[in-house]
Amino acid sequence: MALPIGYNVRNLVVRWKVALLAVGGIGLVVMVFVVLLAMASGFRIALGATGAGENGIVVQRGSGSELTSYFSREQGNLIAVDSRIARGSDGQPLASPEIVIVANLPHRVDGQPTNVTIRGVTSRAFEVRRNIAIAEGRRFTPGLNEVVVGRRIRDRIRGLDLGSSITVQRRAWQVVGVFTADGSAFESEVWGDFDVMGPAFLRGGGQNSLTVRLGDPATLKDFDRDLQANPQMQVEMHQERQYYADQAGPVARSLLILAGFVSIVMGIGAVFGAMNTMYAIVAARTREIGTLRALGFSRRSILLAFLIESAFLALVGGVVGCLLAFPMNGFTTATGQTASFSEIAFAFRVTPPDLLRGLLFALAMGVLGGLLPARRASRLPITVALREA
Amino acid sequence: MANVVDVQGVRKVYNRDSLEIVVLDGITLLVPEGEFVALMGPSGSGKTTLLNLIAGIDRPTSGRVTVAGTDVARLSESALARWRSRTVGFIFQFYNLIPVLTALENVQLPLLLAPLSRKERRERALTALRIVGLEDRSAHYPRQLSGGQEQRVAIARAIVADPKVLVADEPTGDLDARSAEEILTLMETLNRDFKKTIVMVTHDPRAAQRAHAQKHLDKGVLTA
Repeated sequence: MALPIGYNVRNLVVRWKVALLAVGGIGLVVMVFVVLLAMASGFRIALGATGAGENGIVVQRGSGSELTSYFSREQGNLIAVDSRIARGSDGQPLASPEIVIVANLPHRVDGQPTNVTIRGVTSRAFEVRRNIAIAEGRRFTPGLNEVVVGRRIRDRIRGLDLGSSITVQRRAWQVVGVFTADGSAFESEVWGDFDVMGPAFLRGGGQNSLTVRLGDPATLKDFDRDLQANPQMQVEMHQERQYYADQAGPVARSLLILAGFVSIVMGIGAVFGAMNTMYAIVAARTREIGTLRALGFSRRSILLAFLIESAFLALVGGVVGCLLAFPMNGFTTATGQTASFSEIAFAFRVTPPDLLRGLLFALAMGVLGGLLPARRASRLPITVALREA
Repeated sequence: MANVVDVQGVRKVYNRDSLEIVVLDGITLLVPEGEFVALMGPSGSGKTTLLNLIAGIDRPTSGRVTVAGTDVARLSESALARWRSRTVGFIFQFYNLIPVLTALENVQLPLLLAPLSRKERRERALTALRIVGLEDRSAHYPRQLSGGQEQRVAIARAIVADPKVLVADEPTGDLDARSAEEILTLMETLNRDFKKTIVMVTHDPRAAQRAHAQKHLDKGVLTA
């Protein structure tokens, strides 16, 4: 009963100038939408890749972030000897006590100060976390004022190049290595020796967190319960990956809200654009519509034909938008992380679900923009439509 | 012979703003099966409105229009559309071919509404094109055809579903004398050899002469 799809496609090809405007408008909106989604995805992936599922992180109870967590070394050592923690090749527990502070360092581009996370770790940290790899230079030497820097933050901050030095808390720290961490948030950090940084940053005798490799990840819940039940400690244990992913939550959420808001505002504009185009198309084909109706095509098939035409137009726009957004894949930028107040560099990730959402958004714009014109087309009295020039 | 078209006491009134415009005022018209009737009259006499009522694309304000045994006004919108696709073939002054479809595709359009296979549709459309003498132009688009050829494609489209009645609104109005002559000859053939009942609206006295009967309208009333 319906008109052949080829009829719609050929009509759009014939009216390509008008169609191009609508395709362009919808394409741009979809591009912005997908880019914003890619930003949120990239941020989530960066923080989601931070930490491992097999690791637990011990922090002060109710602290919310490592920065506001603090407990004594003795407590840390007591936890580290628990039998649920895996042992290294040397028979020692795989437990990494860490201190975390935030330093103010200048941006590479404009010299504006920004917050960077500085982490004091022992050599255990490189065992507990399997994805840390030295890309250039070497690890810091224990006992010396040396640091290794994440590759992403190296690219964004002045003075983090191999061989140069930075001043933090009135001490100079020599950059001796650059490390990667699978693109995770650790790549936005500067790591130095725990035993040197502790006293230097007035954190001697304590630590912000203790990250441990569990022999069996399934024991994490029990472990946490035991820690919480211990009246001598004020600590709790989280799965490391979940812990960092939760830190991403607020920022990723606000990015998604931004994506939603900007896209809806632009989308409304694009819907009107598509509607205008479809009205023009309907007006130009009024006599044709009258003819089709006279030949016996139902109102519904006319409505459907114009909706299909509008949806097709929008889908082409959606594909264009996705193609325009795709070069943003891998583009690196940074944002403040609300939990640690420090900068986290991350790469845009144009994921397949983002592209699919972009196409669905385009489709929605097309159907919405086509609805009224299609309705008008299907409701014209035949005798009136046939009189049109 | 039975009357294919039976118009009884039809009035058609339009309301424009607060004005009532009487377009048809008590028309009674019988067209027997196999007849070729020309409706003539000056502009605004209501001849196209009468044709639209017979074709089932408009409804009378009062009175009854029965075509091929069906009371047109009683059908719902969608039933009327189905009825038109089976019963009425349309020939328009400006051909009204779909510009993005080839001649063959244009002729096939009415068959999309019939339960036919793709192959049957194609064969029937080719047959219709052969009848109007344009089988060799089946792949051409309307813009690649002359006016006379376009109208012949439109006539092929009108007859392809084998309707009982052909309605033609000024079928030669946009054509030069020679093309008009060809179209009228074709319509005569359809009437004579294919037994199509034809109702044709025209200004052109030469066209009207080719019909078997002529009806004159003036100010909404049949005068002869």
